[in-house]
Amino acid sequence: MIAAAPDDSDSGAHVPRPDADADADAIRRTVEATWRVDAAKIIAALSRHVGDFGFAEELAQEAVTEALAQWPGTGVPANPAAWLTTVAKRRAIDAWRRRERLDERMALLAEDLDMRQRENAGAPPWDPDTIDDDVLRLVFISCHPVLGREAQLALTLQVVGGLTSAQIARAFLLPVPAVQQRIVRAKKALAKAGVSFELPPENERAKRLEGVLGVLYLMFSEGHVATSGSDWMRPDLSMEALRLARVCAGLMPREPEVQGLVALMAFTAARFPARLGARGEPVLLADQDRSRWDRSLIRLGNRCLHTALSLREARGTYTLQAQIAGCHAEAARFELTDWHRIAQLYGDLVRVAPSPITELNRAIAVAEADGPAAGLALVDDLAATGALEKLHLLPSVRGELLRRLGRTREALAEFDRAAELASNEREREVLRAKARELRDGKTHGEPDGKPDGQDHRRGAEAPGEQ
Amino acid sequence: MKFMLIMRTVDQAAVDASEAIDFEEIIAAMGAYNETMINAGVLADGAGLTDASEGSVVDFGEDEPVVTDGPYGELRELFNGFWIVEVSSQEEAIEWAKRAPLGAGTQLEIRRVTSPDDFPQENEWVQKEQQWIAEGKLSGK
Repeated sequence: MIAAAPDDSDSGAHVPRPDADADADAIRRTVEATWRVDAAKIIAALSRHVGDFGFAEELAQEAVTEALAQWPGTGVPANPAAWLTTVAKRRAIDAWRRRERLDERMALLAEDLDMRQRENAGAPPWDPDTIDDDVLRLVFISCHPVLGREAQLALTLQVVGGLTSAQIARAFLLPVPAVQQRIVRAKKALAKAGVSFELPPENERAKRLEGVLGVLYLMFSEGHVATSGSDWMRPDLSMEALRLARVCAGLMPREPEVQGLVALMAFTAARFPARLGARGEPVLLADQDRSRWDRSLIRLGNRCLHTALSLREARGTYTLQAQIAGCHAEAARFELTDWHRIAQLYGDLVRVAPSPITELNRAIAVAEADGPAAGLALVDDLAATGALEKLHLLPSVRGELLRRLGRTREALAEFDRAAELASNEREREVLRAKARELRDGKTHGEPDGKPDGQDHRRGAEAPGEQ
Repeated sequence: MKFMLIMRTVDQAAVDASEAIDFEEIIAAMGAYNETMINAGVLADGAGLTDASEGSVVDFGEDEPVVTDGPYGELRELFNGFWIVEVSSQEEAIEWAKRAPLGAGTQLEIRRVTSPDDFPQENEWVQKEQQWIAEGKLSGK
């Protein structure tokens, strides 16, 4: 049972069933699963061998295509990763032969292939001492600054995440050829810029790491807050981003912000099972059934947050956001949320990374901790700066605080304005419902809301807080 | 999706035969396997159980429950430990299971872990359990 090469008839691992044809779909799913587990390592090891990331990626894709064609007949080999690597290396030699580049590299690769054939079954087709570094190189290349955000996302998902173009297309609601185009262009851009298969130099590392984490966080956010259209969440994409962040945490265990990012994603993803109501409508943090929160993800978040905090005293933006998300995760009921602590953490976050959205979130926390008037004062300060003018968030929050203060007419105007600005169908619906509730409340002769801030069940929230 | 990989002994003789392997070696292999799954971002949980001979069995019949010490029942009914992996498909869970450093005479069963949606939400006890989980009285999945 060795790294069975494609034309070795007896792989010995998986007895082909008589109804092999009918199993083609099952084989495809197996190939996809194998690929997901090992793609990054295979491409990384190949890149080291052929010295060219783009070429390596192509070879690997060809090997996958060959597996899809052969495995239904031969069965799944004992060591699928070794099989794929062997095929890819043969393809490399063929390609070099065609180009008559009978150089030293080819000789090495051929020798390596021979050696692999003799080696025992269980051994991985890569060098365990270098593979982690090679995968890390892959991560940095996929998120290289010469690429645009969309290209970085697609490439990272394909080569590090081991997703097929079809899966990526589904995640981004794009046609498959568009995704393939993106990846081809990305590889061309890397080649043109002469990006080598190397880790970033020490003096660029911090900046480049920031870029990687940015890509992963964007991937995560894409999955749970759709910016337009009617799809509210695509949790698979978010879960893949979380997995890739965990991969990065394994590759860079001493980087606190990687741990912070994993923690932030874990706490956020823990709420996914509670974020949609029975009719697919979004459920706000205040109204969520917290028993549906995924406890194992909360535990993961706590572990990683603890690691992040122990690695360095100065907290980065992901670690701070994770601390905030951790506060929510800790509260068994919305009423038990420690808003003073959250307000303080948002204050810390604003100092590290000033942003009007963070200011707005701080105002919301202050409103919960010290009452709507205190929050409104901060929101008004923010409104005066003109930032967030085009976003529905500001009027949405302002409306909520005004409602709590009993200033119904002003609140209504803000909700209407927010609904106008919202780009997501479902968000718009929520805002209209709030306005409706307020109007109905008035027609039924009820008091114009209570100025005591008692009714927090419809919490003023930015989407990050859902 | 979460899947539990349930480890079983199905052939005691085969397991005994392989017991010549150094314990340190087994620990190292298991450790490496766990590390690989952690670094791949898929391992959610896991635990091993002490030997079935140290356990007890409470058996329910027509009358009172009957308690027996030690292993009981068919060999293949005994389970030794588990992993919980967070993956995107059953095939992926199988792919991870195939990589476990287990020898002849052992078996891994792959089962999906239930989610809140698998239960009738209106049931009083389902709601109560969810309450316990939210309050931290129960660890939850």
